[in-house]
Amino acid sequence: MGKTLAEKILSLKSHSEAKAGDVVIADVGLAFVQDTTGPLTIRQFKESGFEALAKPQQTIIFLDHAAPSPARQLSNDHILLRRFAEETGCRIYEVGEGICHQLVAEQFANPGDVILGSDSHTVTAGALGAFATGMGSSDVAVALALGKTWFRVPESLLIELNGVFPRGVYAKDLILYLIGQIGADGANYKALGFGGEALAQITMSQRLTIANMAVEAGAKVGLFPGDKITQDFLIEHGRGDNYKPLYPDAEANYEQVIPVNLGQLEPMLSLPHAVDNVHPVTQVKGVKIQQAFIGTCTNGRLEDLALAAEILKGKKRHPGTRLLIAPASRQVLIRAIEKGYIQSLIEAGAAILPPGCAACLGLHQGVLGDGEVCLSTANRNFKGRMGNPEAMVYLASPATAAASAIRGEITDPRELM
Amino acid sequence: MPDLVLKGKAIKLGDNISTDDIIPGRFAHLRSNLPELAKHILEDAVPGFASKVKSDDFLIAGKNFGLGSSREHAPVVIKMSGVGAILAKSAARIFFRNAINQGLPVLLCDTDKIGDGDELEINLTGGMIANLTSGITLSCSKMPPIMSAILKEGGLIPYIQKHKGFVITS
Repeated sequence: MGKTLAEKILSLKSHSEAKAGDVVIADVGLAFVQDTTGPLTIRQFKESGFEALAKPQQTIIFLDHAAPSPARQLSNDHILLRRFAEETGCRIYEVGEGICHQLVAEQFANPGDVILGSDSHTVTAGALGAFATGMGSSDVAVALALGKTWFRVPESLLIELNGVFPRGVYAKDLILYLIGQIGADGANYKALGFGGEALAQITMSQRLTIANMAVEAGAKVGLFPGDKITQDFLIEHGRGDNYKPLYPDAEANYEQVIPVNLGQLEPMLSLPHAVDNVHPVTQVKGVKIQQAFIGTCTNGRLEDLALAAEILKGKKRHPGTRLLIAPASRQVLIRAIEKGYIQSLIEAGAAILPPGCAACLGLHQGVLGDGEVCLSTANRNFKGRMGNPEAMVYLASPATAAASAIRGEITDPRELM
Repeated sequence: MPDLVLKGKAIKLGDNISTDDIIPGRFAHLRSNLPELAKHILEDAVPGFASKVKSDDFLIAGKNFGLGSSREHAPVVIKMSGVGAILAKSAARIFFRNAINQGLPVLLCDTDKIGDGDELEINLTGGMIANLTSGITLSCSKMPPIMSAILKEGGLIPYIQKHKGFVITS
């Protein structure tokens, strides 16, 4: 019997023959916390009587969710996290450096790694072939101290991608479509594996978007193979030596194989208040929006800003629509400045926010008013997600968000391309 | 360690209650002040819940309870509110694990057979639920032995303090 990617990685890291359904103890290669879950993690760590980290250099604190802090309590949480970094010698990424998942992708994740984060979108690094998954503060606290955690080896669903994206259709539309098909619990406790001949032309930026939202179908991990695109990304980010090819076995056992023909997709939207409430943009056109938000660990990368800039260049946002842009990392921001994207976006009327989570989770930098509608490139649109239960959040690609910002209403991006 | 037999009253909730519903992100500034945070439990999804919930009540949910964010504050505030156990048709992966790690039992069963306000008696060891109001008995699906062991110790931290690591038993 062959192995899925999940079985392969967990076999390697648990030094056993891991099959779906087994419970294994695996070595954790990288563990991280962010600023809204980190304080509880540190308290759990100390309550347990732990003092030292198993792997200080593979332990990271990211200050990204409330960055810069909008409230004294959160500023005090930041102090707690900085002190812990000083005491233990772990790494810390300060306010303005970017979103944890983007920085993990840019600087740390490799094919075959096991990565734990106290944030559900830790799955993002699955794009690089890492078994990366989110857990709560207690589990991460224990992993920080022991360098290990337990896993139930997940069954896998294979998403077989074929064809080519049509004009105006992107990775975000694909993952929204897929979540709409299988539902918010369609992959609960399972791994999503991505394969098929279309992989060769799905960029790392797009893979990160897709893997990022695996958790919105309930998945433990969303895994791409380690291939030429992974290798090129690692070389570009100065760690080409960490590349190793990583593919599932041809005879691996999948619970289900779901074929998707990219050529038949169209721009998609997730409607309030559930991520799996997915419809084609053509069915929802014309809904007025007061805010468009382009950024987050889902769609705040250079390719996303390039796309938005291309659509918005020489145009203006609608006077009734605020346009917020938050690059996913400092590196993304610097490159977007070099390439002129930021200039185009600012001239179109955008407000540029510092690299970080920004408006995504309702803490600051774009909290919605009563009855307001936001079209966001983020990954969640639960009631109250952007800070106000009386507001509505729609999710879409950066192209749809940019086109909608120009018209002031939900717009099919193909009409402006 | 949680009592092996729990008795209490059912509070019915719907499907897809997210961790954003349980404790909205806009209260992140209260996460280091848990008693204040707990006052906002389920504030948007079930207005008035914090004043309605009583010690030993059970939360009875539909499918995919606890989807979304990994914030362990969600099971923490549920436990602080006095809830003895969560019964659901299904629970999202991270929440399920977090709740057990907090020593809060999550039992998966056909919750359509339970009405709001029903009196329940739950036997944690046997995974059986007696609905004292309707007279129906329900059985729950089994969790992996390592999760039962963590729950038995009252959560992950006491489990690790006792065992000094993870112990796999088959």
